[in-house]
Amino acid sequence: MSVALVAVLLIPALGAAVLALMPKTQDQAARKTGTIFAAAALIPIVVLPFARDDAWSSYSVNPLAVRPWAELDLSWVPALRLDFHLGVDGVSYPLIALTGLLTLLCCAYTVRKVPEGGPGRTLVALLLVLETGILGTFLALDLILFFLFFEVVLLPMYAVIAGWGGPDRRRAARKFVLYTLFGSVLLLLGVVLVAVTAGTGDIAQLTGGAGLSRSVQYGAFALFAIAFAVKAPLWPLHTWLPDAHTQAPTVGSVILAGVLLKMGTYGLIRIGVGVTPLGAEWAAPVLGVLAVAAVLAGSLICLRQTELKRLIAYSSVGHMGFVLLGIATLTATGLQAALLGNVAHGLITGLLFFLAGAIKDRAHTGELADLGGLRESAPRLAGLLGFAAIASLGLPGLAGFWGEAFAVVAAVERGGGLWVTLAVLAAIGGALTAAYFLRLLRKVTHGPAKGSVPSEITGAEWLAWSPLAALTLAVGVAPALVLAATSAPVRALTEALR
Amino acid sequence: MKAQAVDHISLLPLYAAAGTAVLVLLADLLLARRTAVFAALGAGGLATVVAAIFTGFRAGTFCDPTGGACSWVPSPLAATAAVVFAALTVGVLALSIPALRLGTAPAGEFCFLLAASMTGGVVVGYAGDLITLIVGLETLTLPLYLLVGLRRFAPGERVTTSAASASVTFFLISVVSTAIALLGAALNYAATGALHFDRLIDGAGPTAPVAQAGVALLVIGLAFKVAAVPLHAWAPATYEGSPLPVAAYLSTASKLGGVLALAAIVTRLDAATLTALLALLTMTVGNLVALRQTRMVRLLAWSSIAQAGYILAPLALGADGVRAAAAYAVFFVVLEFIAFAVVVALRPPGEDGGDIDSYRGAARRSPWLGAALVLALAGLAGLPPGLAGLFAKVTIVDALIDGGQTWLAVIVALNAVIALAYYVRVAALLYAAPPRVGIAVADPELLEAATHPRLPLTRPVAAALITAAVAAVVLGFAPQLLFDALS
Repeated sequence: MSVALVAVLLIPALGAAVLALMPKTQDQAARKTGTIFAAAALIPIVVLPFARDDAWSSYSVNPLAVRPWAELDLSWVPALRLDFHLGVDGVSYPLIALTGLLTLLCCAYTVRKVPEGGPGRTLVALLLVLETGILGTFLALDLILFFLFFEVVLLPMYAVIAGWGGPDRRRAARKFVLYTLFGSVLLLLGVVLVAVTAGTGDIAQLTGGAGLSRSVQYGAFALFAIAFAVKAPLWPLHTWLPDAHTQAPTVGSVILAGVLLKMGTYGLIRIGVGVTPLGAEWAAPVLGVLAVAAVLAGSLICLRQTELKRLIAYSSVGHMGFVLLGIATLTATGLQAALLGNVAHGLITGLLFFLAGAIKDRAHTGELADLGGLRESAPRLAGLLGFAAIASLGLPGLAGFWGEAFAVVAAVERGGGLWVTLAVLAAIGGALTAAYFLRLLRKVTHGPAKGSVPSEITGAEWLAWSPLAALTLAVGVAPALVLAATSAPVRALTEALR
Repeated sequence: MKAQAVDHISLLPLYAAAGTAVLVLLADLLLARRTAVFAALGAGGLATVVAAIFTGFRAGTFCDPTGGACSWVPSPLAATAAVVFAALTVGVLALSIPALRLGTAPAGEFCFLLAASMTGGVVVGYAGDLITLIVGLETLTLPLYLLVGLRRFAPGERVTTSAASASVTFFLISVVSTAIALLGAALNYAATGALHFDRLIDGAGPTAPVAQAGVALLVIGLAFKVAAVPLHAWAPATYEGSPLPVAAYLSTASKLGGVLALAAIVTRLDAATLTALLALLTMTVGNLVALRQTRMVRLLAWSSIAQAGYILAPLALGADGVRAAAAYAVFFVVLEFIAFAVVVALRPPGEDGGDIDSYRGAARRSPWLGAALVLALAGLAGLPPGLAGLFAKVTIVDALIDGGQTWLAVIVALNAVIALAYYVRVAALLYAAPPRVGIAVADPELLEAATHPRLPLTRPVAAALITAAVAAVVLGFAPQLLFDALS
């Protein structure tokens, strides 16, 4: 199984290298090759769950919080306490699958349609590098290795935004890269602090806060929390996100919203809560308050947005607020809600950005005031947009519902005046979410048709969108798809807090 | 008095380096052919590398007969430094060959001075006492005064004095700094009677203030060499005025010499507060000023000042930080060399670095050179794909946190964010589309190609660049090689 683990990382990296060496004139062929590599990367991802062995963990006397299904541990740089330690478990697997899927869809989408700004070959290569970095982050079971992969995505994402983005792309890309680097240097300080104090960077050993004094845990968690809050992003550190999303090309937005943000929330669960549980407990009320502020601020800002992509970007702030609220409760329900919310947001927002990109391409504008009547001019597109918007606002039966509802439930379960208040406020924020998405639908799909929008959806678009729509429905009907393997690791994480 | 036994094997690197200088001189004198001179320096440099590796780590020589202190100490750090010095010398030669073929400088003299400078660098690494150290440092620097100003003009070419003025600036500042360092060494000697590194102790009793002043002056004098703020002002002007390959040598080999000298002092004597202060100022000021640069070489100069700050930071830990500082210095010189090599390759031979704006779209014209520069800049910023630079940053943050200087680690981390702003500006410019011309053009690409012809990449430059890039990639994936070499 360790072969599969390495293959997950190696195939996209190899693909990017092959694309870099292909001649400039073969752009179309290169994009196809890249898509084949992205598809090939899904094979080891599909194989990974077969390594799962539940029986073993349930019989062990002292269950470890991190018990990977498959694992690979090689010494890399002993001088820096860095091991090449990869592993996959129920917490990381759904995100790994999501990353593989979204990258494949984005590559396939790029085969047909290259955004203006540069060769499509380079864009596909960058998407594959991004995939390597993101998958590495989710697979890493070593703190320094986690940091390393966390950094890998920085410059490729910058290049995607700055190379293929909208008119104001340079400023947006610079803001993105400086903001997120600020987050990751704090992460560097945090991981080195933990690795130096504990003498090891092995996440599996460190989970539960073993060997770390209270003060170190407080300090390290503060660093982790800010670092991941920038990435997630958590209000008030979110200001890079709307610009980056608005300016990025469609595939860039999809990857950014779909999986890049998840590196923040995943890190907060795996490292923040896992490695420094005392710190997490100490800071939980602050995180909770900020998360609910994000939910409310995101929704209120969305009500005033006049641009399609910007609105969806701000809605991400609200949705990630729910995810962070789930994490902040530090209960099993809350963490599971967060994991589910992560995946649901990746699917739904990925779909929403694809649709927004398609609408902008067809109508040549993203201003809500200039759009309208899509229901008449492009009924299928309008239908899909309606589906995605309703999924995003959390209609029961679709993926968005579970994460948000159970984040609120977890806050109520946590009890006490503060948490109940937060739950109520978050629920109000959920209602506001419905309000702005319905406003969006009213402006875009209803009303008189403005301008002619080419209606047909091309084959490539169907190919890219239908898996997302289908999975949104599937996860909504059967959340166990995501949660099946999470209960043991999440229980172990929360038990470490007792 | 009994004649001392001299261990000639431990002196092999020095013999090789000094022999190279003599060989180059003779080759120029007897054969008077450029190719022979180049070959002599290249072969001598490689011989020095081999000698340093062969000598490796062994007991010192020129020791005090009463035992203990030696003046020539082959340590792992010294061997690594000698290898790096020799490699950099050969690399700088390779970068200079196109310009030397044009006759911008007399090849024989140029190569001899470069070899002499390499000899000084080797001595700095192996030095075991203050006098050897300062003599080595001066041997490293002295030829550079000439190299900076060594510029011949073709008939009809516009004669500028920028190289000469850069040379004078560098000379004056350097002489003053050497004088300060010597005064410091003298004061410390007067107070403690120690010259050998093994015997250096912090002053005690009534002479303690004298010894302390000596240490401070010594550190300040050596800080000039690494261009630490506030003793940095000579560096941008000198780099800008000197030929590009010499600027590359100044910002890599010359800086490495200063770092080794400082490391030798702070390991034994307490200068933690002063070094920490210098590190803080150097990285912050270097990065902030670099943000506003419009000339390529000046930007690299200010960035290398900031990088010197990162190197100084672990030295504030004393002996515990030397390995981290040395590792960072090696990662840095490799990346900095790549950056300068790309600049050399993108400019016509003999030209200066030019404005940053003139590099617009360079990576579209020469994708491999662009990729190399991105690798170097990303590495200097501490980000993948420049993994070597990432490990460099992790190394010093690790050392600082381990040594209890967390606040300095925080400053280093925040500086990395500032630094990215200018590195990313240059990197993005390399891939930017050509500016729109005022008139309508049928084929903008054709116009761009006509106004910005792609310069042929000469073989020596390409070889140096490929070697350095391979070194950076190997160090990026296997940094443990370097850590093993240093211990």
